[in-house]
Formats: sequence, structure tokens, C-alpha cells
Amino acid sequence: MELIVAKYNYWIYVVLMMVGFYAMIGKRNLVKKLIGMNIFQTAIILLFISAGVKHGSKIPIVDKYEALEKGVDVASIVNPLPHVLMLTAIVVGIAVTGVALAILLRIYREYGTLEEDEILEKLGK
Amino acid sequence: MSVSNLHMYVMSAPLLTAFFVNLFGRKSPAVVAVLTLGSLAFSSLASLAVMGNVMVHGRISYVAGNWAAPYGIELVVDHLSAVMLILISVVALLASVSALKSVGQELPGREYQFFALYLILIAGLMGLVLTGDAFNLYVMLEITSITSYGLIAMGKGRAPLASFNYVIMGSVGACFYLLGVAYLYLMTGTLNMADMAQILPTIGGGAAVATALGFILVGLWVKMAFFPLHGWLPNAYSLAPTGAGLIAAPLVTKVTVYLMVRLMFWVFSSDYLFFTHPMVQSGIVWAATAGIICASALALAQRDLKRMLTYIIVAEVGYMVGGVWLANKTGLTGAVLHIVNDALMTLCLFLAVAAIVYKLGSGEFDKLQGIYRKMPITMAAFTVGAFSMIGVPPTAGFFSKWYLILGGIEAGHWEYVIALLFSSLVNAVLFFRIIEIGYFYKDEHDHGHEQRDEAPVLMQAPLVVCAVALIVIGLGSGPLVESIIKLALPAGF
Amino acid sequence: MSVQSSIWPLVAVLVSLLAAIPIMLSDRTPNLRESWTLLAALVKVGIVLTLLPAVLAGGGWEFTIAEVIPGVPLQLRVDAMGMFFALIASILWFFTSLYSIGYMRSLNEHAQTRYFASFAVAISATLGVAFAGNLLTMYLFYEMLSLSTYPLVTHEQNAEARKSGRKYLTYILGTSIGLALPAMLIVYNLAGNLDFTVGGVLAGSGVTPQTLALLVVLFLFGFAKAGIMPFHGWLPAAMVAPTPVSSFLHGVAVVKAGVFSILRVIFHILGPETLQAADLGAIITTLASVTLLVASLVALTQDNLKRRLAYSTIGQLSYMVLGAGMLTAAGMTGGMLHIAMHAFGKITLFFCAGAIYVAAGKKYISQMDGLGRQMPITFVAFFLGSLSIIGLPPLGGFISKWTLLVGAVEGEQLILVLVLLGSSLLNAAYFLPIVYRAFINPPPEGTVNGIKEAPIYCLGPICVTAAASLALFFFNGVFLQLAQQALGLGG
Repeated sequence: MELIVAKYNYWIYVVLMMVGFYAMIGKRNLVKKLIGMNIFQTAIILLFISAGVKHGSKIPIVDKYEALEKGVDVASIVNPLPHVLMLTAIVVGIAVTGVALAILLRIYREYGTLEEDEILEKLGK
Repeated sequence: MSVSNLHMYVMSAPLLTAFFVNLFGRKSPAVVAVLTLGSLAFSSLASLAVMGNVMVHGRISYVAGNWAAPYGIELVVDHLSAVMLILISVVALLASVSALKSVGQELPGREYQFFALYLILIAGLMGLVLTGDAFNLYVMLEITSITSYGLIAMGKGRAPLASFNYVIMGSVGACFYLLGVAYLYLMTGTLNMADMAQILPTIGGGAAVATALGFILVGLWVKMAFFPLHGWLPNAYSLAPTGAGLIAAPLVTKVTVYLMVRLMFWVFSSDYLFFTHPMVQSGIVWAATAGIICASALALAQRDLKRMLTYIIVAEVGYMVGGVWLANKTGLTGAVLHIVNDALMTLCLFLAVAAIVYKLGSGEFDKLQGIYRKMPITMAAFTVGAFSMIGVPPTAGFFSKWYLILGGIEAGHWEYVIALLFSSLVNAVLFFRIIEIGYFYKDEHDHGHEQRDEAPVLMQAPLVVCAVALIVIGLGSGPLVESIIKLALPAGF
Repeated sequence: MSVQSSIWPLVAVLVSLLAAIPIMLSDRTPNLRESWTLLAALVKVGIVLTLLPAVLAGGGWEFTIAEVIPGVPLQLRVDAMGMFFALIASILWFFTSLYSIGYMRSLNEHAQTRYFASFAVAISATLGVAFAGNLLTMYLFYEMLSLSTYPLVTHEQNAEARKSGRKYLTYILGTSIGLALPAMLIVYNLAGNLDFTVGGVLAGSGVTPQTLALLVVLFLFGFAKAGIMPFHGWLPAAMVAPTPVSSFLHGVAVVKAGVFSILRVIFHILGPETLQAADLGAIITTLASVTLLVASLVALTQDNLKRRLAYSTIGQLSYMVLGAGMLTAAGMTGGMLHIAMHAFGKITLFFCAGAIYVAAGKKYISQMDGLGRQMPITFVAFFLGSLSIIGLPPLGGFISKWTLLVGAVEGEQLILVLVLLGSSLLNAAYFLPIVYRAFINPPPEGTVNGIKEAPIYCLGPICVTAAASLALFFFNGVFLQLAQQALGLGG
């Protein structure tokens, strides 16, 4: 119990991840699969962000002159690297989503539905 | 351009050209052709120069934006990545010559769209090979994936469906990889691969490191279509436009195998991989064995040339993964050599298929009767590629298989040896079936007076070059292994 | 004399391979095409003969093509054993080429260009097997031989030919990839190289008897061209090919390449003494004896002449393997000699079968009553060939079979003596009735006969090879010396 409470954020990510994964694999609707993929990605992004957090620290924006004079107290600011990386990851995620939506559009025009079972049925004919 | 940043230009040439193709290629396909071939020819020559530099100077690193590693992104080239760089650019160059014709026929008027994506895909593959940063690797992985999704979805009929399936599977793979990297980042606090390799031994092999390795491996296996995670590949590659198959089939899976080798030996250590969990090592060889056998068996059931080849690709991935995990130098030599050889033989076969599809409209077996008479040069080259797949000396395929089998014998993994032999035999059945249909069936309607009706010269030229290369590389595999591949293997292994 | 480096072995191998190109280009002018074949054949015989004296003097030639695997180059080396086989193959190719021209033109066969081109590639591969300097090179040419003979087997392009072609490849390629290749890798793993060395490359490598036994079995079955049962089924099936193919390839080149490979492996890879020490000769002799007897019995039941000859070939091939398996000096020499003697005898028989088909259109023995009166020369040649195979003096076959008997006695293996004698009786039982039927039986009633001898292109080679079978009884010094040199017996 203590473990869960102390690291509650991580447990949330795990649950999110499972939800996303289930939607990607288990759902028969293609859009739901795509949404699942987004949830999955979000969970990973949150995991990375958590890695940068430090207790009681400030945002990593420092006064240039002050920093040059006194140096930076690393413990007092949040690690900015994960945030920067996750910006990239978000962009990647959006790109994938965009391409996937475009593909879905073509599928819909071709088959008139986005339910996997119905598409397979049409293909079977 | 200098020694330290030449490899960056190799990658940037196709990347930048992609935008120009999109801008100026709308007017005429000729512009697309000139730009594409020009940039890839430049990359090929430059990558040879990079190889020369690496032979002289050893590992060369370029730091993007002058942010010093381990914080900035490093583009590194060593012997292994130089080999891959040459492979990618040369294969891309050969493939694009043929693809220009094929795309002109299948997607008339949309050449500029196709080749813009095509060039970015190549740049992404080169980026994968060059990057020294685990997160940057993820970005490159997604660049290659997104462009392949697009290229595949340009196909007819069920292609978008296959592409969407690939999107989902590919994203699962990428997410798994990213998750693994997240664990590594949490443990080591760095994303630079060289830096990680320094830190990892000091923190020991805890559960988190094992989890990271597990996620990374599974992620890459999905991307490389390692059996049983191969479900997306056969549909995606066989329904894609022929031009897309030309570039994706020889390169994407092989580059992913390279990534596995790179991460296994340059981030984790061979001691950690093979000795901490010997059961895992053994288990993966068994999985590769199962993969080879099942994929070969599935290939037997196909009645279409393209689909048959896609299952062979899946089997070949099993060869390489198994070879790497045999945990001895011979096996790894075989796997790396096989990355090169398999890329070339897959290219050779796909180029032949492209020529056949260009003339016949599809590669169904029933249409292939009398094809040897119609397209003798194409089919001669196809036969060379087929022999290489079967592993008939002196074609290249024989020699990498030699090392792989020898590695299996040394490691005592007889099941892997048997699987390789089985797969060679299945390949023999597969290809001789085609040779029999194409050569020895008399066409009842034609009375043996079929006209010679070859594919355009532009499709034959790269095919013949590729077939000759297979034999030359086969005969030269001694020096190739001694002077290049040996140096490309991880030090101290 | 020592081993010198020279490009001539490579030229000898390649000359017919290169000839395949002008052959294919002269598709429209058959006379020119056939001159290429004959020219290449003459050049090949010439080169082999010029290489011969140095080999007899105890030297040899070698040529390294490329270093493909550490310690294992692609290398040609002309030694006594290779010369032995090359001599037979190149001389007989010349006569077969002549015969082919007569046969193919008389029957007006289709796809003659492909036929002659494939034939040229096949003979290149055969010489490559003979001159290979190590196991890998031999394997390479062995595969090349399999692949180049496939179009010849499938020549007719009908359903039966395609089926036989499939069977042919399944047996030959299946065993070479599935059995011989891993065996070769195991040897490489043990010895670190694959060179042919007198006494065997595995001698002194500390190989365990179990592994050795496994290797023997893998190699014996892996080179399925030698037709050791149960991997013999391809040979009768391959008889759908045109007769010159059957006679030269499936009487001489292909099958002997299989036996030659097995003998090479026993003599120069595994090593007779290593095998003797592990007491493994018995595996070889047992398998060979069984094949020999069963094949001879099956041959008795065949009515199709070519199929009877095919089963006879299977049996005779096992003589050679049997001799090698005795592991005694005389036995091994006899096994090698039988390669030569059987080649000349069997090619004569096949040539006759083809001539009968060309001249009379008959394939079945039961139709051949009285045929000897119309085709006396052919049947006299057939008679001589039979006698040689049976092993009666004064024909070449007697020499090799006698040496084999001596070998069996030397090794105190009385059971093998009985096998050899019994099999010779069976040989007589399946050959002599044909001759009897042709000469003594009257022709069937009511047949109007315009049957004459086959054209001179066919008949000439028949006479030459039959005469050679006879001559080999008296003049076999070259072959005997080469065989003894190959075994390191100080010939």
C-alpha cells in the first residue's frame, strides 16, 4: 500500500498504458485503436516528465547574469531535458496520428465503414 | 565538408532533396528523376568516402549544433555504420532507378509525392545508422515508419488497410522501444549511447535494466517483423506500390536488425546479455529457429511472387536474430554479413519482381508461364538472386549462411543449424517451382513462339548490376569479412 | 616435381563454360553451334592431356581463384585422383558430343541450343569437381553440376519430364544441402580447413568415433549422385532425358562425380587410416553391398532398356564405394579403377540403347527380338559393353573387378567376396538375355523391316568406346598409376 501511495504517479501511468494497449489490440473499431495508441503514447510521455521532477524545485528558467555569477544550483530546478525530449515525442505522435487519420479516411471512402469486422466481411465477399 | 562531418552530408542530401522534389517535381517526372538520382548518387559516393575516412581515422563523431555529448546529439560513424551507410545508399540508388519506371506506371502524375516520401525514408534509415543518441534513434525510427506508412498506403485496394495495421503494430513497437529508453534514462540519467555503455556496468544488472532491455528488444522485434511479431509485414509489403516494396523490403528490416546489434553490443555488454541470463539467450535462439521454420512453411503456401518473398524476408530475419544471439563471434560475423547479403539478394529479387509486374501486371504464379522466353535477362538475374537465397555457391548468400551455420555448430545450437538447412531446402522448392513454371511449361496457346518482351532498360540495368554484385561479393567475401566485417564487430567480443 | 601454380586448370574447367555463350548466340545456325561444342571438347581434351605428364611424374598444378573463407580458398588443384577423373570425363565428352549431334538431329529434337549449352556447363562442372583443391570448391562445382543438368532432365517439358526433374532436384539438392553441407561444416569446425590431403585432413584431429560415424553417413548419403540406396530413386527417373544425357551424364559424369566425391572424402578428408582405427569401413561396405545386390535384382525386372541400364548403374556405382570402404590397398585401387572401366562400358551400352531408339524406335527389351540381325555392329558393341560390366576377360571390367576381389581377400572379408561374385552373376543374368534375344530369337512375325544401323555420328562413337573397353584390358597403366598415386601407394 505504501508503495502504491508513494509512487502513485507511476501507477497511474501503468494503468493508462494498459488501457491504451488494450484499446490498440482488443478494440475492433479502427478509430478506437488509434485513440488507444494516443493514450499509450501519452502514458510514456508522462513517465518521462516524471523523471525530471524534484521535490520543491522551480521551473528551469534562470537569470542569465545571476547564473553566470553564482552558477546554478541543480537541486533547485526541474531537469529540463525530459520536457524538451517529450516535445519532440509529442510532435512525432501527432505526425503518426495525422498519417493514420489520413489512411482511415481512405479506408472509409473505400469500404464505407471503420469497423474491422464489417470491412473483413466486405473483403470476404 | 570535412572528415568529421561528411557523414552528415550523406544523410542530409536525400533529406533536403525531398523538399525540392516536392516543390519542383510537380512540373515533370524528369525533374523528380534527376533530383532523386542525383542526391542518391552523391550519397553513395560520399558514403564510400566516409568508409575510407573511417578506415584511416577510426570512429568519427559529429556533434549536432555544437552541443557537446552526452547532452547534445551525436552523429557517429564507425566501421559498422559505414558499411550500413554504403549499403543503404547503394541499394536506394539501384532501387530508385527501377522505381522511377514502376511508379510512373502505377501512380502516374504522383511521382513527386512518392519520391518526396521515398527520400525522407532513406534519410531516416541513414539517420538510424548514424545516430549515437537513444532518443534521437526513436525519432529516426518514427521518421522511417511514418514515411513507410504513407508509401504503403499509396497502393491500390487493400493497401490502406494493410498500412493502418502497420501503423498500429509499428506504434506498439516504437512505444515499447521508447518505454525501454525511459527506463534506461531513469537508471543512467543519460541518453547518449556511449555514455550509457559507460554507466550501465557500474549500476549492475538490476530488474530495471532487464526490463529496459526487454522492452527495447520487443519493440525492435515488432519493427523488424521477427516471428511471431511479423503479422503486419506480408500484407504491407505485398500490397504496397511496387516501388515502395523495392526500398522497404531490402532495407527496413535489415536496418532494424542493425539497430538490435548496435544497442545490444554498444549499450549493453555481451557479458550482461549472454551470461547474466543464459536461458534468455538460448530461448531467443529457439524463437529464431521457430520463426525460420514457420515463416518458410508459410512461404510455401503462397501463390503470388511478392507475397512469397515477404515470407522469405520474415524467415531471413530469423536467420539474423538467431545468428546474433548465438553468442559467438562466428555467428555475429554471419549475421552482419547476412545483413549486407540479404539486403542485396532481396533487392535483386524485388527488382526482378518489379520488372515482371511492370510487364504482366502482377506476380501470380499462373501468369508466369513462358516468362523465361519473354524476359530472359530479367529471369536470368532473378535466378541468380534465387540461388543466392537458396545458398548455392559462389553467390553471396552461401557465405553468410556458412558463417551462421558454423556459428550454430560452435555454439551447439543444432536446432538452429537444422532450421537453416530446412529453410534453404524450402527456398529451393519455392524458387524451382517458379523456374519450372516459367521455363518448362509449354504455353498451350502460343506453340512456343512467344515474343521477346523485356522490361525497359532502366529496370533491367539495376537488376543486372545487383545480380553481378551478388556473385562478386560472394567471391570476394573472404577479403570483405577479413578487412571490413571483422573490424565492424564489437571490440573484445 | 612439386605443385606449380598455373592458370591452365582454370582454363580447362572454364573452356566449355565459356563455350556455352557462343553456343547460345548461334541459335539459328546449328552447324556453327555444333562446331563450338566440338572445338571446346577438343581444346578441353588437349589441355587435360598436356597436364597429364607432370601429374604422372608426381607433380601437379594449382590455381587459387579467391580466398573466400579463412583457410578455405576457392582453389583448383590437379592431382593424380583429379586427373584420373578428368581424363575419363573429357575424352568421353568429345565422343558424346559427336553422338549427340547424330542423335538430336535424327530425332529432330526441340530446344537443341539449350541442350548443348547446358551440356557445356555440365561438363565444366564435372571437370571442376575433378580438379577441386578442397571440399568447398568441390561442393561448389557439385551444385553447379546438379543445377546445369536439371534442364537436361526436364528437356521434354511434358508432365512426366517435369515430375522427373522435380524428383531429380529433390534428391540431389536435398541431400547435398541437407546432409553434405552440414557435414562439410562439421569437418571445418574440427580441422580448420578443408584441403584434400593424402591420409585425410581429419587425421590426428582427435575426432570421436561417434562424430566420424555421423560424418561417414552424412557424406555417403549427402553425395546422392552416387545412388547409394535409399537415395537412388532419381536415377531411373532421370532416364526421361534424351539418351546422350543418360549415357554421358547419368552413365559417367554426374554419377561418377558422386562416387568421386565420396572417394575423395574417404581418401583425403576422413582418411582411410582414421576410418580403419574407428572400424567404420563396415558401415560403408554394408550400405554398398545392399545397394549393389538390390539394384541388380531390380534391374532383372525392368523391361525398359534405359531403366535396366540405370539400375545396373546404381549397382555398379556401389562397387566403387564398396572398394573404397574395404580400406585395403587393393580394394581402394579397384574401386577407383572401376570408375574408368565402368565409364567406358556403360557409355557404350547407353549409346547402343540410343542408337536402337534412333534407328528402330524401340525402347523395350521385349520388342528387340531379332534386332541384332539388322543392327549387327550396335549389338556387337552392346555385347562387348555387357561383358566389361559383368567383368569377364578380355575386357577392362575384368581388371577392376579382379582387383576388388583381391582387396576383399586381402581384408579377409569373405562375405564381400561372395557379394562380388554373386553380383557378377546377376549382371550376367540381366545383360546376356538381351544379346541372346537380339541375335538368336527370330524377329516377330509380320513386321516389315526397313531398320538399318544408326547414322554414322552415332555409330562411330559406339565403336570407339566399345573398342576402348577392350583396349583397357591390355593398356590400363595410366589409370592404374594415377589410382595408386592418389592413394599414396608409391606408384
